[in-house]
Amino acid sequence: MGSDQSRLGFYLLLAPILLWLIVLIILPHVGLFLVSISEKIGPREYETGFDNYAAFFSEPLYWRTFARTAIMSIMATALTLILGFPIAYYIAKLTRGRTKTTLFLMCMIPFWVSELVRTFGWMILLRETGVISNILQYLGLVNGPIELLYNDAAIMVGLVYTSILFMVVPLVTTLDSLDDSLIEAGYDLGGTSTSIMREIVIPHAMPGIVSGCIVVFMLSLGNYLTPILLGGKDSLWFTGMIYTQFITRFNWELGSAFGFLLLGLSSLVVFLGLKFSGQSLSETMGRS
Amino acid sequence: MTESQPDLECRDLTKDFDAFRAVDHVSFDVPQGSFFSILGPSGCGKTTLLRMIAGFQSPTSGDLRIKGKSMIGVPPNKRPVSMVFQHLALFPTMNIGDNVGFGLRQRGVGKAEIKTRVEQVLERVGLPHVSERRVDQLSGGQKQRVAIARCMVLEPDVLLLDEPLGALDLKLREHMKIELKSLQHAFNTTFVYITHDQSEALVMSDNIAVMNKGWFEQIGSPHEIYHHPDTAFVAGFVGDANKIDAKVTEVNGAMLTLATETGSEMKVEAAGTGLSVGQPAQVFLRPEAIALGASDAAAESTANISHGTVETVFFNGANSTVTVKDGAGHLVKVAMPQTGDFATLRKGDAISTRWLPKQARCYAVSGDV
Amino acid sequence: MIPTVPQPVFAKWCYRAYVTVFFVYLALPLTVVCVFAFNNSVFPSLPWEGFTVAWFFGTEAPFIGVFNERSIMRSIGTSAFVAFWVSALAVAVGTCNAFLFVRHEFRGKALLYMLMLLPLIIPGVILGISILVFSSSVANTLEDATGLWFDGLRPGLILVILGQFSFITTFATLVISARLQKFDPSLEEAALNLGASKIGAVRQITLPFLLPAIVASAVVSVLMSFENFNTTLMLVGSDSPLTITMFDKLKQGSTPVLNAVSLLLIIVSAALGLLSLLFQNAKR
Repeated sequence: MGSDQSRLGFYLLLAPILLWLIVLIILPHVGLFLVSISEKIGPREYETGFDNYAAFFSEPLYWRTFARTAIMSIMATALTLILGFPIAYYIAKLTRGRTKTTLFLMCMIPFWVSELVRTFGWMILLRETGVISNILQYLGLVNGPIELLYNDAAIMVGLVYTSILFMVVPLVTTLDSLDDSLIEAGYDLGGTSTSIMREIVIPHAMPGIVSGCIVVFMLSLGNYLTPILLGGKDSLWFTGMIYTQFITRFNWELGSAFGFLLLGLSSLVVFLGLKFSGQSLSETMGRS
Repeated sequence: MTESQPDLECRDLTKDFDAFRAVDHVSFDVPQGSFFSILGPSGCGKTTLLRMIAGFQSPTSGDLRIKGKSMIGVPPNKRPVSMVFQHLALFPTMNIGDNVGFGLRQRGVGKAEIKTRVEQVLERVGLPHVSERRVDQLSGGQKQRVAIARCMVLEPDVLLLDEPLGALDLKLREHMKIELKSLQHAFNTTFVYITHDQSEALVMSDNIAVMNKGWFEQIGSPHEIYHHPDTAFVAGFVGDANKIDAKVTEVNGAMLTLATETGSEMKVEAAGTGLSVGQPAQVFLRPEAIALGASDAAAESTANISHGTVETVFFNGANSTVTVKDGAGHLVKVAMPQTGDFATLRKGDAISTRWLPKQARCYAVSGDV
Repeated sequence: MIPTVPQPVFAKWCYRAYVTVFFVYLALPLTVVCVFAFNNSVFPSLPWEGFTVAWFFGTEAPFIGVFNERSIMRSIGTSAFVAFWVSALAVAVGTCNAFLFVRHEFRGKALLYMLMLLPLIIPGVILGISILVFSSSVANTLEDATGLWFDGLRPGLILVILGQFSFITTFATLVISARLQKFDPSLEEAALNLGASKIGAVRQITLPFLLPAIVASAVVSVLMSFENFNTTLMLVGSDSPLTITMFDKLKQGSTPVLNAVSLLLIIVSAALGLLSLLFQNAKR
């Protein structure tokens, strides 16, 4: 009876999502790709070709920055996992009730604050006239002011800080769902802390580990603020290079090619991560 | 029984949680190869006791020995006991074979040997060729058997079972009771089983300990527990019983005469209760110990007979009961005879009940019951 | 490992010490940002020159407080404008999507769901440039064809709103879908059975049930919009939202006025976050 009406309702619900995905996601990326394969041969004159991509591979500064961004992001992801896992385990398994909620909310604090503010905080701490430098001088550990900013370690500290929440939250969720009796059963059957960690806890936490790693890697790869502000002008981060091409050099064609390469790398890592752990995007992302 | 050393001995085992005493000076022995049940209502401390044996709680005081060796301070992974958890705790990230082989891997047994031993134990529990399956591909009863196999492959001195049948549906539970008992027989391992379900305990156990408020009220064979309960709690908790409050009016050797507040009198044969005239007491009378008779049945000098009317008839197949209201207004639950004699009983019918003094149990009323 | 398994005391204390250090690491940058908002010095750094609230209320150079710094106040207004529209659009579309994914079965649903999740895995900078490139080329084509100007398609607030909306909608969809999945459809059927119309049943039964999720996703959307930097950076025109203004000021060399703004931001987002938590708890 009401099938016409319900079909109408269905299309009314379908319209906004299609509009959103097609106009704001699919078409822009198709457009980006088209621009990336066009070469400027004169004012308002273009022809199709892969010169922009060729330029990327022939110019060492470009691909080295790309590789450097990828490697640093992988390192930041690994570091976040190593630092975050014990915290997530502590919150999920060793605390109860009110303490648990409090600690969990405390992990969320950085999320409630703009990334800019967080990075600003690290600048105040790390710079030459900053808090840490002053404290070290006061303690007599160093003689003059020391610059802790504008190096790779500073970038790493900032990247881990910015993304650790996205590691801890999915880990707490998955570890929380691990029944204590499974760990007890492991002990009861003669397991040691190490073997139980390896055979029971980590396999159980794998979905959380994968989704945490994927999110952290993407956030690091696509980060712009932290490398620029903590790493300084020569931080050589790929997003910075995209910005330069688009806004400073106004070379949109090369910038688009860069953008596509970054997108390709990020998608590849997501794809491999999911393949590797045998999960689907829906279950991994739907969780976080 | 006394010549060989018991597998498990507990001496004055006590556990305090802050101000609350969960287990209170519990002592018992479990001989090798026997099925020992700890039966009690939830919150009586039985889980705490079992977890102390497994090593997940440490006793406040007392000693716990397995095969003569004290287990105090020994971590759970170093104890020769295995535990079947309430929800089984099969590792969902491993297949059945890896689950069962877990303990052997921890001991550093070779891969090939693990494989054969896993297959052997799975065969013994009647589940050959399931090694490759995932945990969620098994039925509830199969999971039970895998959980037992996972423990038995380690050949523990004592197997602990924490109400593993609780999550099963009724039919399967009935079936698993028998199966568990026969598995215990086949492995000839000492089982310590905790439950709040009296029928599980009665069917499977060689010995039952009835636990209440951290105490062991009684330890004995199922027959003793059912027919000769030591305390009012045991009489009320195990099996069905009519509970009658009364006062002692006369003591004549083992024969007590009691009267309820409304004046009905009864005779109970109970030696060694220490009751004297005037003391309040509780009489427990099993529904199946009461015989029904026509309302005009002749009086016998020894039996307690009262006349009344049928209040309700609960038809439940072989377990049908009838509630009889006597002259003073007391309700008594009586088991319907299986012979079909009273199949036509209706509400309001006049009827008499009759029971012998030795069929009831009588206890002094203690302060807190 | 877990409380019921005995562990060496030393290991336990090491673990606790690590957790403590971690939370200090977490709190440290935010603490210094807040503390230096009250430093009576033109630089947000040591030495401590005394307590002042000039960076909030000051009127005389160089101590011009946030509330008297016109560029910052204007950009807060811009951010609020953007956040309002992003949040409204994202929640509206997110609610539609939730109904679509939870209530309807159709061909290609799994594919559409995957597409819906895509914005999560696209770096914000890329999202920004793709929209920039696309809208510019559309604008160029339209201008060539009509000879008119299409300023709305050039970098500016409209693009910023669309850019933020394009990925915040995914979050709104996930939050609202999760709640709708818990809804028992028989409640709606009962309302229909009692004589309500289809739309009436949704409005009176389902939407009130969804309200906590809708409020939560609106709050999260506002916060994400306020904090967004990467996408906004690529699409911004002459009116810059707060994060962009702060970034420009930070590059020029920071004064404690930035600490003061940051402190205000922290307070507002903490309040919003707490509010949405309380609201969710009260409803549950």
